[in-house]
Amino acid sequence: MKSFEDEKTQVNEVDRSIYDIKDEVRPSFEVASGLTPEIVEQISEEKHDPEWMRIFRLKALDIYNSMPLPNWGPPLDGLDMGNIVTYVRPDTPMVGSWKEVPKDIKDTFERLGIPEAERKSLAGVGAQYDSEVVYHNVSAEVEAQGVVYTDMESALTGPYADMVKKHFMKLVPPTDHKFAALHGAVWSGGSFVYVPPGVSVEIPLQSYFRLNAPGAGQFEHTLIIVDKGAYLHFIEGCSAPKYNVANLHAGCVELFVGEGARMRYSTIENWSKNMYNLNTKRARVEKGGTVEWVSGSFGSHTSYLYPMTILQGEDSHMEFTGITFAGAEQNLDTGAKVVHNAPHTTSHISTKSISRDGGISTFRSSVKISEEAKGAKSSVSCESLMLDSKSRSDTIPAMDIACAEADAGHEAKIGRISEQAVFYFMSRGISEEDARAFIVGGFAEPIAKELPLEYAVEMNNLINLEMKGSIG
Amino acid sequence: MSKNLLEVKNLSVAVDGKQILDGVDLIIHKGETHVLMGPNGTGKSTLVSTIMGDPNFEITGGQIFIDGKEITNEPADVRAREGIFLSFQTPEEIPGVTVENFLRMAKSAREGRPTKIMAFQKELKNRMEELDMDPSYASRYLNVGFSGGEKKKTEILQLLMLQPKLAMLDETDSGLDVDAVRIVSQGIRSYHNRDNAVLIITHNAKILEGMDIDYVHVLENGKIRKTGGRELADEIIEEGFSALKAETRND
Repeated sequence: MKSFEDEKTQVNEVDRSIYDIKDEVRPSFEVASGLTPEIVEQISEEKHDPEWMRIFRLKALDIYNSMPLPNWGPPLDGLDMGNIVTYVRPDTPMVGSWKEVPKDIKDTFERLGIPEAERKSLAGVGAQYDSEVVYHNVSAEVEAQGVVYTDMESALTGPYADMVKKHFMKLVPPTDHKFAALHGAVWSGGSFVYVPPGVSVEIPLQSYFRLNAPGAGQFEHTLIIVDKGAYLHFIEGCSAPKYNVANLHAGCVELFVGEGARMRYSTIENWSKNMYNLNTKRARVEKGGTVEWVSGSFGSHTSYLYPMTILQGEDSHMEFTGITFAGAEQNLDTGAKVVHNAPHTTSHISTKSISRDGGISTFRSSVKISEEAKGAKSSVSCESLMLDSKSRSDTIPAMDIACAEADAGHEAKIGRISEQAVFYFMSRGISEEDARAFIVGGFAEPIAKELPLEYAVEMNNLINLEMKGSIG
Repeated sequence: MSKNLLEVKNLSVAVDGKQILDGVDLIIHKGETHVLMGPNGTGKSTLVSTIMGDPNFEITGGQIFIDGKEITNEPADVRAREGIFLSFQTPEEIPGVTVENFLRMAKSAREGRPTKIMAFQKELKNRMEELDMDPSYASRYLNVGFSGGEKKKTEILQLLMLQPKLAMLDETDSGLDVDAVRIVSQGIRSYHNRDNAVLIITHNAKILEGMDIDYVHVLENGKIRKTGGRELADEIIEEGFSALKAETRND
């Protein structure tokens, strides 16, 4: 007897082509972008870019204009690609009025117990709030260890300008896909972190502190370099919904993990439910290094999100722990990718997905083991929970193993909440609604325990919120 | 003694259209211990599951009352809050929910107010000691990876923590070793007092040792065939139901 029933193992046919976005040419998907070199020049000028960045943006724009929209994932019909400029330079100022923030988001703030000042800021309508002070304190503390933690714009011209230039969009080149190109052309805001060799940053750094930076949150760029033997935990975003008038998010995260270094990157993404979240995240790990991703996707209307890890050095290691919760009208396409390029590299991908009320949750994994990666090991496991018969859950694993002396495994389970488990809770006095919420919370628990406490609490609150009213 | 704690009136129950219980009457008063026996497949589990409110069992006739209040159509959580408890034959595994958290939710629900954490934790620790349970089980996921014996002890732990008015134990002793049966039996005796009642389904004498048994009922073909005192249980355990059948045929 288990609290999930109808479990079955299902491994779809391995499809090696799904990630080769570049190779897909569908001229019919070509659209007039409305994004001109003049607009990009103007952005560059306003941001006081160095010359190389101005040129970089213009090149990215060319690439953007020459690439088709991806056609292998959830529909992107809701994006007005013919008028892309409205996302890049929305007519409605990002700093709108609190009154315009949708009621469900205000209610969520209320239930999560977030103070009004922060709510306004999270919703993109506040100017300044207390976290700015917290942020400065945090940066002062880590600065003493030689850590650089600053916004991307300052980093471009500061003492680390050369380092930024050397790494910026080298892991995720604008040629990667159409939205990476768009990002390259119009990126704005984000964080730059450099951790010097051997330094272990004890407190997690949080981009949350930076959310009120002008224009942040839409096309933000995060560049993190963790040098040899160093350690960093970076937390992106915040579990309260981020509301933006313009509903396209095409951020980019690049992580460089040095020899023997360890980096943990945690995210709880809860964009408002009008958002197209087309984010690209990638890490490159050198010899003996480790990257750990913890990823929670709750918000947005449509997501394409597959953090990728390139295990470049021998004995390097990656771990991915993710959860996706797709509710009504949400189509969340998430997963992880890993490339094993060196011997004895190991990867472990473990995800949970929940879909309810007609939500669609698709899990994609891609594991590539190159010829050099002798003794590489990879394991992928995905568990899905469908809360009703209207909802969908799919698993699409792709594997490309070029090395005979490697070991790769995939396991998928799809289940429903067992009615016997619900009855068990009820027989102890717990209401049906609470029973279902607790069972789903229990399903998500392995992810929650990977999160810092306050995020784990907020994730549980989010699950409870999502489960409210799920009964009749 | 006068007031009925549980009253089952002419209860008929079907599962998937098949009639399992056919007009069962049962009255349990405060302070009493009842034993329910009968060959396998005669509807003992059906009876206690139906009293608990398992939606898989369809009540086709009759009524159920607790403390004079009719609960025939109430969902299980309402019944539990009214004080009915069932120790399951095969308790559910609940990944991600610890024994401690589960019990705290259940206790809050049962008492209608949040539990005080310190007092709760102290009580939990004492109760676990009483049942000879490793304290680390409090932070383990409920029944996940537990042995059969550990699962049953955890049911009794819940019984002791929740203090229901009526405890129904569905073969809580089956599959347990002698020591575990003794501990479970002690747990039941420690729970039992003048204000509550116990209904035990069993095939064995061991769990009944040291208990004051008021009534033994034999369920057969969906009906209570015979009711007696402790000696009826002893007779069945020694000679089996066939002896009883022969006897009833002779009546």
